Amino acid sequence: MKIRRLGLALALTVWGTALSFGMAHAAEDTLYHDLGERPGITQIVNNMVAHFLTDDRIKEHFEDTNIDRLKGMLVDYFQKTVGGPDVYKGTNDMSVVHRGMHLRNSDFNAVVEDLQKGMDEAHVPFATQNRFLALLAPKQKAIVSR
Amino acid sequence: MRFVFLSALLLCAAVAVPAYADDAQPANPSLLDKGMALFDAGKLLATGGVSQLEGAGGGGLSAWALISGYGTRDGVGINGHVTYVDVNDYSLWSEGAAIGLFDRVELSYAHETFDTEDVGTALGLGKNYKFDLDVYGAKVKLIGDAVYDQDTLLPQIAVGIQYKMNNRGALLHAIGAKHADGTDYYIAASKLFLAQSLLVNATLRETKANQFGILGFGGDKHGDYSTQFEGSAAYLFSRNFALGAEYRTKPDNLGIAKEDNVWDLFAAYFFNKNISLTAAYVDLGNIVIKDHQHGVYLSLQAGL
Repeated sequence: MKIRRLGLALALTVWGTALSFGMAHAAEDTLYHDLGERPGITQIVNNMVAHFLTDDRIKEHFEDTNIDRLKGMLVDYFQKTVGGPDVYKGTNDMSVVHRGMHLRNSDFNAVVEDLQKGMDEAHVPFATQNRFLALLAPKQKAIVSR
Repeated sequence: MRFVFLSALLLCAAVAVPAYADDAQPANPSLLDKGMALFDAGKLLATGGVSQLEGAGGGGLSAWALISGYGTRDGVGINGHVTYVDVNDYSLWSEGAAIGLFDRVELSYAHETFDTEDVGTALGLGKNYKFDLDVYGAKVKLIGDAVYDQDTLLPQIAVGIQYKMNNRGALLHAIGAKHADGTDYYIAASKLFLAQSLLVNATLRETKANQFGILGFGGDKHGDYSTQFEGSAAYLFSRNFALGAEYRTKPDNLGIAKEDNVWDLFAAYFFNKNISLTAAYVDLGNIVIKDHQHGVYLSLQAGL
């Protein structure tokens, strides 16, 4: 019985520690800083867009895209999203940005996976990646239109 | 039978992996191609959970609100599992399959075999006396999305049902169980706190099951439904690896033996969207004449 209690206490401790760990980490410093500020975000976007263009699931969507302009908009939008100082001139309404693209949920997730790869290549720690993705995830409703 | 099933699982995975590598769309897709395209594997890694003991998408012991498999709201996903639990005086196998339809509905089946090993001899049932349990499950996601709804505290909520059938009716009645079959109803809430890399689940289950149904349903001490709780949390260390803990309460219906709540500490590794492996330390408490039943839980899952 003692061992079971001990085990239960251990389980709750792990749970509690994980919870407080996550909360504390989320609060410290700004995400903009943790992503490497503008140079870091530019690197992430370059890596991600390179994956878009070779990703058979989604590359067709970029056939007529001005890639340099796309990269610039993404860097501006991402840095703004994570509390950066620069101006984002585009619209914040993601349903407008993606109008007419008829994106499916699997397209959205393919983009997420390419972003994750891009962040891996930029050596962004997993927990930091998730703090960033948590800000982007709610855009799914506006971006996925079918 | 078990090894045939396991081989079939691995074969499915082996076929599926190269299929993903070749994403080229045929010019004139056949009906088969269109059908296969439904297996869009479009969900993010690990967001289908694993298969719990009774076959539903969840952790090891608890059912979660997540829909099993990697099909998005436009697709389907199927998977099979083989689970082995070995505690001091008993062992259990669970094999089953689940299908997730459009990230909305989950249908599952699991077959559990509980081996009494030497306890069977002690009880006069014979060495390695076994109980077999068939579990048919269905789950429907009602509201919320555990992954995308990061701007609200609202969890993903699902309701589920598990119909369980035990093959040892006569013996179960002899030990005081009221029924050889029974139905569990549950409501589950799952929430991914993505910024904290933490998945949290809570489930309320209406059940009559004694030891998950292995010892029948209802008993001489208490015959009716009671509300039980399942809670779990998992911390994601990477896209492939999670560590977590689960706790599940159970009724105590039978006069012949005290029944305890159970818990586990688990590690889950997702090799890819086709194969995952879960290993856990599990504590099942008292089971009939043997107390402190703790040991290992191993589960292999494969799917498309």
